[in-house]
Amino acid sequence: MKGSLLQRVDQGVRHLMPMVLTLLLVFLDAVPVHLPAFALVVPLLPLVGIYYWSIYRPDLMPPAMAFGLGIVNDVIAGTPLGVSSLIYLLAQGMTASQRRFFHGKPFRVAWWGFGLVGSGAFLLQWVLVSALNGHRLGFHPVLFEFLMTMCIYPVLSWLFARAQLALLRSA
Amino acid sequence: MKQHSGALGRLATLKQLAQRFAFLALAVASFGLMLLGKADTVVVERMRVAISDTVVPILDVMSRPAGAIADVVGAVRELATLRAENVRLREENANLMHWQTLARQLDNENRALRNQLNYLPDPDPSFITARVVGDTGGAFVHSMLINAGSRDGIRKGQAVIAGEFLVGRIAEVGNRSARVLLITDINSHIPVLLENSRAKAILAGDNTDRPRLSYLPTNTNAAPGDRVVSSGHGGAFPPGLPIGVVASVQEGVVRVEPYVHRYQLEYVTVVDYGLPGVLPSDAAPEGRER
Repeated sequence: MKGSLLQRVDQGVRHLMPMVLTLLLVFLDAVPVHLPAFALVVPLLPLVGIYYWSIYRPDLMPPAMAFGLGIVNDVIAGTPLGVSSLIYLLAQGMTASQRRFFHGKPFRVAWWGFGLVGSGAFLLQWVLVSALNGHRLGFHPVLFEFLMTMCIYPVLSWLFARAQLALLRSA
Repeated sequence: MKQHSGALGRLATLKQLAQRFAFLALAVASFGLMLLGKADTVVVERMRVAISDTVVPILDVMSRPAGAIADVVGAVRELATLRAENVRLREENANLMHWQTLARQLDNENRALRNQLNYLPDPDPSFITARVVGDTGGAFVHSMLINAGSRDGIRKGQAVIAGEFLVGRIAEVGNRSARVLLITDINSHIPVLLENSRAKAILAGDNTDRPRLSYLPTNTNAAPGDRVVSSGHGGAFPPGLPIGVVASVQEGVVRVEPYVHRYQLEYVTVVDYGLPGVLPSDAAPEGRER
């Protein structure tokens, strides 16, 4: 009996991994980088986490979690509260509903899918922040941020895959 | 058996319905938060502050290695330009020595004149230096989190400077965290003066690196290189804090290059000048200017 309790705790902790990793990306995004070029184009790292786990373990990345991560992201980044939560929520919903399409497909298909979700996310963020500020923001930096996020996707996706193999294979 | 699977099927449909409803509710909640935040209610700010107070210690730890890496990169870059930098500094030093002499003379003269006038000096400002622990960068927001808050004496509206230069003001204060709204943010409007012509204007950020001067009198000749300083109107900042120089004048749009860039900010100083007037909202100085 004791063994099974320990097992359950162990599994519970393992199941928190997608949330913890994505939360870590939220924090990582906020680390001040004192490099001139980098401060302008910052990839939206948490989106990669939301997307990846919504495809491969949607049970561990439910809508409420995406929403919560968005709230934390909004507070840290200083964006109007509700913007990131809506974007992460929609990204989760879109991806999780189409996830069967990605199963067993080569990596580049998942990358392409991320491109679709990512472009939608950035566009929506641009529209929402512009509307809430009552001023149309420049579009170029947003485009570069999107491209930067696309470039970082393979790396993070590979890391997530390693983590999934190591910690969630049995669960 | 068939009945059993039918019940299971109904249960699954119900579960799916509940999930859809939860999803919809969360989406509505997001919009609700946006509207609530737009209405500027205390609730949203309290919520923000509570979360930022919680995460700032984590961000504090995480930003330390990043600072160390930046130091190393900076050191390597400095090594490469050591000679040129040395020559430049020698020239600058010679120049500054001249100014120092002049400043001493003026200081003496000033003191003598003040004594004759029974002049009451301004109270010395108190200040707190804090570390920048959270800055997401990017195009959507120009603000940063610092690791000091109301328990350190930071209040909303206080000026934030780096070195001698104004970089922003305190927009939100938690117990141990605060948010600095940079002068480049779209919500930042600061009453300023062109130092040479004494022309008044509002320095309005637009989320680019170079904020614009608006409400500049039409007959003013703003030229690139003109220094821009805070005017002290509105009572949020003392007059004369240097902010930047005019960078370009194109089709009536005057843009200002701030002295300090966002990426350079590692430590900032929050200054309490003991000024009573804090901008209640960003729209206020504009309204007065019209």
